[in-house]
Amino acid sequence: MEFTPIIGLEVHVQLLTKSKLFCGCPNLFNPDNPNVQTCPVCIGLPGSLPVMNQEALRLSQKTAMALNLNLANFTKWDRKQYYYPDLPKAYQISQFDLPFSYDGWVEVTLPSSGETTKVRLIRAHLEEDAGKNMHDESGRGGDSKVDLNRTGTPLLEIVSEPDIRSAEEARVFLEELRLLLRYIEVSDCNMQEGSMRCDANVNLHVHEDGEKIPTPIVEVKNLNSFRGVEAAIEHEIKRQIKAWETDRKRIGDVPKETRGWDADRGQTFGQRGKEDAADYRYFPDPDLVPVTTTDEQFDAIRATLCVFPADRRNSYVSDLGLSDYDASVIVDQGREYADYFDEVTSVCGDGKQAANWLTQDVQRELNDRKIEIAEFSILASVLGTVLQKIVKGEITIKSGRAVFTELLAQSDDGSDVTANSVDTIIADKGLGKVQDTGKIDIAIQAVIGNERNAKAVEDVRGGKQQAVGPLIGQVMRELKGADAGYVRQMIIDKLTS
Amino acid sequence: MDITGSTTGQLLDAMQNGTVSAVEVTQAYLNEISAHGETVGAFLSVDSEGSLTQAAEVDRKRSSGESLGKLAGLPVAVKDNICTKGLATTCASRMLENFVPPYDAHVTTQLQNADAIIIGKANLDEFAMGSSTENSALQVTRNPWNIDHAPGGSSGGSAAAVGARLASMGIGSDTGGSIRQPASFCGVVGMKPTYGRVSRYGLVAFASSLDQIGPFATDVTGTARLLESIAGYDVRDSTSVDRPVPGYSATVEQPLENLRVGVVSEFFGEGIDSDVDASIRAAIDVYRSLGAEVSEVSLPHTRYAVATYYLIACSEASSNLARYDGVHYGRRAEQFENMIDMYAASRAEGFGAEVKRRIMLGVFALSEGYSDQYYLKGLKVRRLIRNDFDAAFENVDVLAGPTCPTPAFKIGELVDDPLQMYLSDICTISANLAGIPGVSVPAGFSSNGLPIGLQLLAGPFEEEKLLRAARMFERETVWHTKRPSFS
Amino acid sequence: MLSPEDVQKVATLARLKLSEEELEQIGHQLGEILDYVAVLDEVDVSEVEPMAHVADVFNAFRADETRVSLPREESLSNAPKTDGKYFLVPQILENA
Repeated sequence: MEFTPIIGLEVHVQLLTKSKLFCGCPNLFNPDNPNVQTCPVCIGLPGSLPVMNQEALRLSQKTAMALNLNLANFTKWDRKQYYYPDLPKAYQISQFDLPFSYDGWVEVTLPSSGETTKVRLIRAHLEEDAGKNMHDESGRGGDSKVDLNRTGTPLLEIVSEPDIRSAEEARVFLEELRLLLRYIEVSDCNMQEGSMRCDANVNLHVHEDGEKIPTPIVEVKNLNSFRGVEAAIEHEIKRQIKAWETDRKRIGDVPKETRGWDADRGQTFGQRGKEDAADYRYFPDPDLVPVTTTDEQFDAIRATLCVFPADRRNSYVSDLGLSDYDASVIVDQGREYADYFDEVTSVCGDGKQAANWLTQDVQRELNDRKIEIAEFSILASVLGTVLQKIVKGEITIKSGRAVFTELLAQSDDGSDVTANSVDTIIADKGLGKVQDTGKIDIAIQAVIGNERNAKAVEDVRGGKQQAVGPLIGQVMRELKGADAGYVRQMIIDKLTS
Repeated sequence: MDITGSTTGQLLDAMQNGTVSAVEVTQAYLNEISAHGETVGAFLSVDSEGSLTQAAEVDRKRSSGESLGKLAGLPVAVKDNICTKGLATTCASRMLENFVPPYDAHVTTQLQNADAIIIGKANLDEFAMGSSTENSALQVTRNPWNIDHAPGGSSGGSAAAVGARLASMGIGSDTGGSIRQPASFCGVVGMKPTYGRVSRYGLVAFASSLDQIGPFATDVTGTARLLESIAGYDVRDSTSVDRPVPGYSATVEQPLENLRVGVVSEFFGEGIDSDVDASIRAAIDVYRSLGAEVSEVSLPHTRYAVATYYLIACSEASSNLARYDGVHYGRRAEQFENMIDMYAASRAEGFGAEVKRRIMLGVFALSEGYSDQYYLKGLKVRRLIRNDFDAAFENVDVLAGPTCPTPAFKIGELVDDPLQMYLSDICTISANLAGIPGVSVPAGFSSNGLPIGLQLLAGPFEEEKLLRAARMFERETVWHTKRPSFS
Repeated sequence: MLSPEDVQKVATLARLKLSEEELEQIGHQLGEILDYVAVLDEVDVSEVEPMAHVADVFNAFRADETRVSLPREESLSNAPKTDGKYFLVPQILENA
């Protein structure tokens, strides 16, 4: 059976504002202390009125820029009406026909194939979150509990076109989205805490006798992790294949179905369908006024944006010569990690060197110490200084590692480590490569003059340059570190001129 | 001193020069309420203790030389759809019969800052939906001029309180005429400010793009004084306009030179009562005699105003009242089978017939497949109605006409004919759709002794002009000095 | 003009439990009102922009600052049923 999975994702992310979207209650994850972050506005008390949080809009517009979305100069808010105990006004303030952004895309690179595709975005709009409804777990049909702490939290709804073609792609899309939104500091995208939520719309295009037959769309909900999204979509595709083989139902034959993902059982289950599709009776919210933003204002926001992960990866590869792999490792660890890398690189001037040290030496320390880069005691400028000395040829890589170890030891002991500490350590431990050409000369003379080396000297004189190796080694040992390339050249010159 | 027969100006002077204390003033009004409160039924609740405490505080501040607000010691009746922290705010509905807001409306705070005395919460049509206060689920309010007649609505309680001299001022809300029409029926001055002039924060919403809070008083100057204290920008209301508030009471005495008055021909249509017609024509003659240039003006889309209003108002209302589901506040039914049933039963029990009717109309007008034809169309015709006013105000300063085509109807007369009731709003409704200010001033009496009101309308934020024009008329007449017989 | 089924549909959307009588009466009254409202058919609005807001206000914002929330007792003070921490409602039949 030939088919193509057709997947679209609807993602909600909570924005990192201090206060809620329409009132001054704190925007904090607080599930253990219900109904303490509420006020007349977010409880929807009679007479209360909403006022738009300017920062929420700014963060939204920033996000749209990162997602290549078009930004609307004119946007407004609408009421989406339905009844549910966690929705105190019986309407959600959202955006209907004039969202603040539309028509964008996200680039996704699949690890399995290395292929890069574009997932188009239909729109992103700003709306308020509802509260939380908790059912009686005892199963005895007791009352449900409603906590309105979360009501009114700013939510960005991002809707993709059904461009996604596999469960893997869906997962990678979400990971890339999360990375991006964390980079621009708009959301912490934590699926466990609910600051990032995802529903998937899945169906198949069955290819049969030259025809492309779409099957009914299924909305999959209750996805609580990226792996869950991937697993649920995998499962759903398989289930739909079987369903097609059994009933051959096409899109439109049955209403759109909603299924929940049961992570424990690894399967989707039907949720009781709504008898009628909800009539949300959208209309412009008369309590909120429209928002106009000029192109100049958009430019000002654009100017505050950092470099995005995808662009950063590309520039590491093309400008610094990093491998795709290394570039991804660095960028995917988050913005602070990449910023650290950038600073080290700018100090030492060699991205590859910096990449090696970060992904190996530094990462090892972070793993061992179970810390994040932000807590690492050796600042980027300090590490950069060490690497700079390596790059300039002042110390060997091996010496560099020794300096690194010593810096860590000193900071563990409680001392402040700075760029100056690097010089001090090099001096104290005599780790500097000898630069004094006079000294090098003397050492070379000593080694050449040594009877034991007569054969090697003879060979080099005779044109066998490979024989110079052991001579270099001896000179290096004598000097306790020097520029190997320089020493080699000096010996050869001396013996062949 | 005849305290309750005095104007706000007279009372302020008397308290200022020590003739009476604030406590005496409040006590005098409380006595009136004791004597006639039940007959009129203006108040849903009277806060005797609280108001006397507030009055005592005013006296204390005065004697210790502390500065006092501009309304110090003046008792005010506040419509019971405006939130007062710690005091029941029922909206005259079984749905909110026991609702005590944990916060104050902006207007409430302003009244407190002005040292006014909130003497009680006034009756209204349930959720401000109505033109007679007969839709109150809790109480009947009677017209102080004839207790068999309605006080008008929806701010009938506030208007009747001021008319019956049970309070020196009143606060109401006007969505389609709900301040101006009861003012006209009760023989007092009532004003709807420009949309956005007064904050709606804490006003229980009926139709958000039409609602405005406004003042009642026995005379124009009192109205100006009250408006001055409640107007102004409020950051908590996104539709509030950030414009300085003129000193209305300081300029109200200044007549307007070369005043151009436009008489709206559509307001003198078929259904107009002959006494009303005569009084208003006479009122316009007064302007002529003052040197005003009087012309006839047409607002051609007037015939669509009631239909447009009901589509927009009911749509917004159906949404604003969707929150009353018995979950977080308000009445919850005792018997129900499940969640959805609980919602439906609570709302059925909590809402009266008119409210249900309007919710149904609004839900229908917004529903899929109909919203373009009804709600959206309403919004478009609204623009045409506003355009009519913009065009008119290019040539005149104020528009004039009757506030209502008839004087107060009998209680029970129109309650079974909703459409007929809606049509009595024909003169007032357009101003809400356009967002412009309007005022009703006493302009005479019908042959059976019921008050008649003259309505003046002006362009956006022209309240000062409106008040001065109103005062010009008032100064030449004695209608506003009349009081109902028992008061 | 509105069939009894239509009226019931609207009542369901409006979450109003109406008796047969009420449904009939409201249906009739709504019909009358809608007939009246048909007067708007006379108006040509093809070139007219809808007017959802009358005040010429745009960009009404507040700064992203926190304000003191209501103490829990006040938030719950008008709730028909609470356990002191949560609003309590009858169990919702899952995804009804």
